[in-house]
Amino acid sequence: MIPAQFDYLAPTSVADAVAALAEHGDEAKVLAGGQSLLPILRMRLNAPGVVIDLGRIPELQGISEDGDHLVIGAMTTYAAVLASESVGAHAALLSKAVATVADPQIRHRGTVGGALVHADPAGDVGAPALALGAELVIAGADGSTRTVAAEDFFEDLFTTAVGEGELLTQIRIPKHTGWGAHYEKFVRVSHQWSIVGVAATVRSEGGSIAEARVGLTNMGSTPLRARSVEEALVGQPATDEAVRAAVASVAEGTNPPSDLNGDADYRKHLATVLTRRAVLAAAGA
Amino acid sequence: MTITEDRAADAATPEIGKARRRKEDQRLITGRTRWTDNIQLPGMLHLAMVRSPFAHATISAIDASEAKGSSGVVAIFTGEDLKDIQGVNITAWPVSAEQKSPDHLPVAVSHVAHAGEIVAVVAARTAAEARDAAELVDVDYDELPAVLDLKKAATDEVLAHPALGTNTSATWQLDSAGQGSGGDVEEAIATAREGGILIEREYRQQRLIPAFMEPRSTVVDPTGEQVTMWSATQVPHVLRFCIAATTGLPESKIRVVAPDVGGGFGGKLQTTPEEFATLAVARKLGKPVKYTETRSETMVSGHHGRDQWQKLTLAAEKDGRVTGLKVELMADLGAYAALVGGGVPVLGAWMFNSIYKFASYQFNVTNYYTNKTWVDAYRGAGRPEATYAIERLMDELAAEVGVDPLEIREKNWITHDEFPFTTVAGMTYDSGNYEAATAKAKELFGYDELRAEQKRRRESNDPVQLGIGVSTFTEMCGLAPSRILGALNYGAGGWESASIRMLATGTVEVITGVSPHGQGHETAWSQIVADRLGVPFENVEVLHGDTQISPKGMDTYGSRSLVVGAEAVVRAADKVIEKAKVVAAHLLEASIDDIEFNAGTFGVKGTDKGISMPEIALAAWTGHNLPDGMEPSIDADATFDPDNFSFPHGTHLCAMEVDTETGATSMRKYVCVDDIGTIINPLIVEGQVHGGLVQGIAQALWEGAEYDEQGTLVTGSFVDYTLPTSADTISFITDHTTSPSTYNTLGTKGVGEAGAIASTPAVVNAIVDAVRQFGVNDILMPCTPERVWKAIAKGRSVPGEGERDAAPHFDEGVPNQDPGAANDGSQA
Amino acid sequence: MTRIKVTVDGVSYSDEVEPRTLLVQYLREGLGKTGTVVGCDTSNCGACTVHLDGTSVKSCNVLAVQADGHEVTTIEGLAENGELHPVQQAFHECHALQCGYCTPGMIMQACDVLKNNPDPSEQEIREGLEGNLCRCTGYHNIVKAVQQAAGAMSPAGSASSQAVSS
Repeated sequence: MIPAQFDYLAPTSVADAVAALAEHGDEAKVLAGGQSLLPILRMRLNAPGVVIDLGRIPELQGISEDGDHLVIGAMTTYAAVLASESVGAHAALLSKAVATVADPQIRHRGTVGGALVHADPAGDVGAPALALGAELVIAGADGSTRTVAAEDFFEDLFTTAVGEGELLTQIRIPKHTGWGAHYEKFVRVSHQWSIVGVAATVRSEGGSIAEARVGLTNMGSTPLRARSVEEALVGQPATDEAVRAAVASVAEGTNPPSDLNGDADYRKHLATVLTRRAVLAAAGA
Repeated sequence: MTITEDRAADAATPEIGKARRRKEDQRLITGRTRWTDNIQLPGMLHLAMVRSPFAHATISAIDASEAKGSSGVVAIFTGEDLKDIQGVNITAWPVSAEQKSPDHLPVAVSHVAHAGEIVAVVAARTAAEARDAAELVDVDYDELPAVLDLKKAATDEVLAHPALGTNTSATWQLDSAGQGSGGDVEEAIATAREGGILIEREYRQQRLIPAFMEPRSTVVDPTGEQVTMWSATQVPHVLRFCIAATTGLPESKIRVVAPDVGGGFGGKLQTTPEEFATLAVARKLGKPVKYTETRSETMVSGHHGRDQWQKLTLAAEKDGRVTGLKVELMADLGAYAALVGGGVPVLGAWMFNSIYKFASYQFNVTNYYTNKTWVDAYRGAGRPEATYAIERLMDELAAEVGVDPLEIREKNWITHDEFPFTTVAGMTYDSGNYEAATAKAKELFGYDELRAEQKRRRESNDPVQLGIGVSTFTEMCGLAPSRILGALNYGAGGWESASIRMLATGTVEVITGVSPHGQGHETAWSQIVADRLGVPFENVEVLHGDTQISPKGMDTYGSRSLVVGAEAVVRAADKVIEKAKVVAAHLLEASIDDIEFNAGTFGVKGTDKGISMPEIALAAWTGHNLPDGMEPSIDADATFDPDNFSFPHGTHLCAMEVDTETGATSMRKYVCVDDIGTIINPLIVEGQVHGGLVQGIAQALWEGAEYDEQGTLVTGSFVDYTLPTSADTISFITDHTTSPSTYNTLGTKGVGEAGAIASTPAVVNAIVDAVRQFGVNDILMPCTPERVWKAIAKGRSVPGEGERDAAPHFDEGVPNQDPGAANDGSQA
Repeated sequence: MTRIKVTVDGVSYSDEVEPRTLLVQYLREGLGKTGTVVGCDTSNCGACTVHLDGTSVKSCNVLAVQADGHEVTTIEGLAENGELHPVQQAFHECHALQCGYCTPGMIMQACDVLKNNPDPSEQEIREGLEGNLCRCTGYHNIVKAVQQAAGAMSPAGSASSQAVSS
């Protein structure tokens, strides 16, 4: 219940935070919203020498628009995303997914950036970030920054492109204004991590699907984007039959886990059903 | 900051039956509570436990040298250091004289038999420092092969305790032919095999975790003449006895207090290694010490519940009239025989036959040890297992006969004019009315409309199918007549104690031997005493849970508090009245035969003379003017030992929707009509029912303790042990019929466990009912979406319902005997 | 050790704490605010829910140092001017507690639900409380209590209660 001893740093700028990371290297752990990190520390599954709290860095907070992109500070809480009209208007898929994360108290503290860097494959933010083609801005030493596409961001279980001494600072999401969106999350009890989740966002034109984006949660060691399904959906009417056919192969090539909630085959089956439902809901059918 | 009661209590109406808001609430809703972990004493040290990560091992060495140097560490004790004073965690219920019970030492000395056993204890200035040091204690283990699976345990190939030579703890049988309460079950089975119906099934009662919300905590202060232990326990009196019986501390030197206790559900019906270890360290150091477990520790160390395989054979005539029931249980005790552990499955012996008129019956159980957490009482203890089995079987019988599940029950149940009824198991049910409860439940449920909707959905091949589950249960409450407990080899009596103190200023103290932890006894007992003595509800104070205040008691479990404990209170109150009558006659200068007691006033027949109870209490206290030779007191004690159990019953109806594409289930409607006899406080009763329902539903749908092949508890936290939330549950429709118990003055039957007992089969019956057309006749609990979906998928690939062969029989190599096959819904 | 300044239930505190100290530990052990309790170690149960700057958080999942400069309200600070909060009163009225262990967290979260949505549906209440486990009540009466509190806190509800008291 009580974490091991650590030193605590609360930098007030990204530059100071990156400098602290450089100084403490492996010994340091970054504290964002802390909703995943603190349970890990309490169970003593990890015992960093230094905890660097990003909570006092104003530049990591907030949601803004930059031309055809939404820009979300890495330390923006789930609650702030949910409350944001601009996210609702331009990246509705993210709002829908975030609404399903854990519970209200966790959403008050947990951050989008923290979740992305934690990269739990059962987390609900990765799949919509992928589906929306998000770009992740990463700060490094000496004020350098680089931008990584979501598709290159998730490397493996709990592993991302954020390297040693680096910090995720922003999530840039191309606006998907007017797109329908739905996040279909499958759980046994409501406070569970996703057994399988499907993020779908669709641009409709005259009753047909003009464009579609589909991301999968917990169907492998990273969130996955179902590009072949996206392509198969283009031009299809938003009917049960057409969508069912277009998404039939969504689980092909996935490698989901087997655990008490379901084995890999069951998850593949679920992914197929949930993708159909998510796409139809996103298309307003 | 006090509660404002806007309903003026109407003094003219009886308190019993009123929906009194609880006296207990004020502190609890404002955070002014006394949980054990809140207690701080001067100089108090904190403990952390070093626990075995291995399921089965010998301890070869413990090196605590680095830990001893850690900041704030006062001492570190191994089992070896404590062995002379730590005592032993005993079982109170060896179910047979031959039972094998391994010694259960609070801190293991050389052998650990499940992951999570304590091997060393750290005492430090703060809990954090104790934990820091515990991480540094270096224990060398020699791992031994572990037996984890119950059926594998039965083979004795791997032994949980090599020294015992077997994994079998004990066997126990009840046979109706043998005891003369019915016919020969083997004959009934043979007859049914020839020309009747034989339903043979194997059901699994998965392992559950009680998951009370307050983690267990113990504080021991050894600095007074009596050693005082505060503990989050349901059983302070039993705990004191067990400490005295095994540690060498005289019982008179021990005071045990159960302060505010945050739920139990049987999970705190235990005397724990942690309590004994905390006591031993406090005595060693001569300082107050506290130990509060983390939730992860609760999960591995607090006892679990259920865990049985149930092999069942039900014989019936072709028309569905039942003739015989044979029950063969394998029960997993985990690593040790817990306080009541081995006896829990035995409690089911009288309940498998339930409300049905079987002519023959046999119950067999064998208890086994495995290298898993110990198992003991969990809400219902023995009766949920029995109720599940029989209510599932009755649905299977209905399907076999091709009639509605309610019809098959009606054909077989005891009718209201047959009470009192002595069952094939030898129990005499005194009262009940199954027809009335069922009729009311059907109406509230809209049974016929839902059946019609079910039909429509089936016919239209709706992806969401609807199922209706029935559970017409009974149970036995009020543990227990001491003579029966004696006959069952239980180590204590089943009586309960009460005292009433009539204070000089007009208020009343009621001391009860039961020990509530959320049940609202303070409120309900106040209502009972207010009526009985004619004093205002507000003037009654109920005291409990401290062996110094309430020296005698058997504590709270088995739905016994009201039917046994409150009966003792009633009898003490009646003694007060009798004593007061003598004083009243003296003061009113009347013959005692002319004294009448009504609504708190003693009057003289045919006159308007009268004297109130508080006036008599004052007169007794001053002692100025009492009858010659009378002790100056009208206080009274009573100890009540029941003659029989009580038998609540009810009809529960559940509608479940099953998404056949994913296997997801959702509850559409739940109605229950319970007959629990006289209701003291309907508000509290409803609360008990709701909570019980969700625990029972959770067994059906969500909960199950699972181990990996190394013996590590996979569901070792609330992340993986999936308790339901408000978002997973619905609002319930609850109602009552009333046929009072004849075994106690108030006519009460008990309600603490009813919901948990009845609901599990109702839910599973509903799910199976929703998908039976796909050839499914069972789904393993918890009925996860995966299991439901796989059952449907498997069932769909085989012939439909009408084309099935006759029900298979055991011992012929049919799939139903194979747990793996039966469990994912293989078809009969 | 790190110095923090925190206002808890209207009282300002300035203390040295170990950085690893959880907010709930600081409240219970440092300030004696034992009304807030701990029920798990994975942040599932919600028993430790308090308000941090007016918003519900699980105080086992916040470090005391993170609360530096902020304001905390616990169950002990909820009643004002000697009067129970309407949610507290409704929990009592509706028998929404049995053992009472989850109750402080449940009440604090219920207040948060009603702050954001003064007239919630049953489903919205149920989802709003999904981060708080209760093992006694089956949630039935808790949901009822929140509905009743919503009524009492609505303009119409408080008008009628004023009418009763005047």
